[in-house]
Amino acid sequence: MNKQAHSPAPLALVAELTHRCPLHCVYCSNPLDMARREGELSTAAWVDVLRQAGEVGVLQVDFTGGEPLARPDLIELVRAARHSGLYVSLITSGLPLDEKRLDELVRAGLDHLQLSFQGALEESANEFAGTQSHAQKLRVAQWVKRHRIALTLNFVIHRQNLDQLEEMLALAEVISPARVEFAHVQYYGWAFANRDRLLPTRQQLDRSLEILKRSEEQLRGRIRVEYVVPDYYAKYPKACMGGWGRKVLLITPTGEALPCHAAKILPGMKFENVQAQPLRRIWEESEAFQRFRGEDWMPEPCRSCDRRAQDFGGCRCQAFLLVGDAATTDPVCSLSPQRTVVDSILAQSNSTPILSGSTKAEWLYRINP
Amino acid sequence: MVPDPSSRPHLAPGCRMNEKSQQPRLLLMPERVLRLNGPSLEIIERCDGRHTVQQIVAELQKQYSKASPAKVEQDILGYLSLLQEERALDFE
Repeated sequence: MNKQAHSPAPLALVAELTHRCPLHCVYCSNPLDMARREGELSTAAWVDVLRQAGEVGVLQVDFTGGEPLARPDLIELVRAARHSGLYVSLITSGLPLDEKRLDELVRAGLDHLQLSFQGALEESANEFAGTQSHAQKLRVAQWVKRHRIALTLNFVIHRQNLDQLEEMLALAEVISPARVEFAHVQYYGWAFANRDRLLPTRQQLDRSLEILKRSEEQLRGRIRVEYVVPDYYAKYPKACMGGWGRKVLLITPTGEALPCHAAKILPGMKFENVQAQPLRRIWEESEAFQRFRGEDWMPEPCRSCDRRAQDFGGCRCQAFLLVGDAATTDPVCSLSPQRTVVDSILAQSNSTPILSGSTKAEWLYRINP
Repeated sequence: MVPDPSSRPHLAPGCRMNEKSQQPRLLLMPERVLRLNGPSLEIIERCDGRHTVQQIVAELQKQYSKASPAKVEQDILGYLSLLQEERALDFE
């Protein structure tokens, strides 16, 4: 029996403040069905969530979205988060931001800003974002460097921009943040819809890993370089969210508490709302958080696998998206009897030429609710 | 990467300890939290931009006088270089 009456507190609260965003990224992790402004939690409701998070023992809050800067009350929420004892990160596209608002965010207690990049080259970056945004990001990076807060650059990488990896690294060296992450697109939400155009080839992947490994060594002690192998190509699945209901609690713009970004797609799940129940009770007792917590739910081959406490059976949403069953072993695992599903997706991807030039007409762009 | 003995380590921007009243003491940084036990807390509290690496070593050798001085030095340098790779420390 691994379900604990009192689960350890979540490490991080992911606060999806809004689904509104000036960008239309073709790989956005938001659901296809997005919350509208009218349905968003009020300032007071978020302040109360942050207070409860601090009391429960949460250590960090990530303000994200959508674009969290779209909330006019962001400065107030940052202040409330610090007041509740949390380490405060802002996960942002950098739009819409100016120097004055950044000053205010820092004064309110912002600890860390993570700035997303869609590439190193203006034209293609703007294509993937579906808006003019690249030049603004470069300005924001320079402003952030004038403050004593941490800066992480997050480059989202995929089939159409992996060949610019060296340019991205060069750009990172110029900006010189403490951290740079190269995040392979994960195939959920809008990215699942655009997967064929985003999934890299084996050759692209091998080359990119070589470059990243080299940079990691070269930049050691100056810039921390982080990356992971995209899981369709991995031998074992990722420990999604560090395990279901183990480390992360996500609140959607309308106040629903989820174990991850994508869980809303899972059929038959009931997610509680922070406006109706205390955060602690949702985390410790709600059916949704208990559903895949621990090991009781696991089928074979997970149940008897030595890695079950490392990867927790992989990702429930991926299992559902790929084979229609959230309670089965993540099909990306080489031990999964359904791994052939992933292999045939890869075979297809590797036998198709990497599209060159503009593919704009074929993208399914994220909408703005 | 071995830190220069005459350099003065301090916490990098956006890396900080939780409040003194909060237990256990933690070092908070982007996407990471380090739990500080006795010796690591002693080290971090001296990473204030005033102590040199050398001074930190000397003070802790005195404090942990039952341990071998070489071992104390080795542990401190190892910990400082780990934190530099994490980008939690800068050296001046």
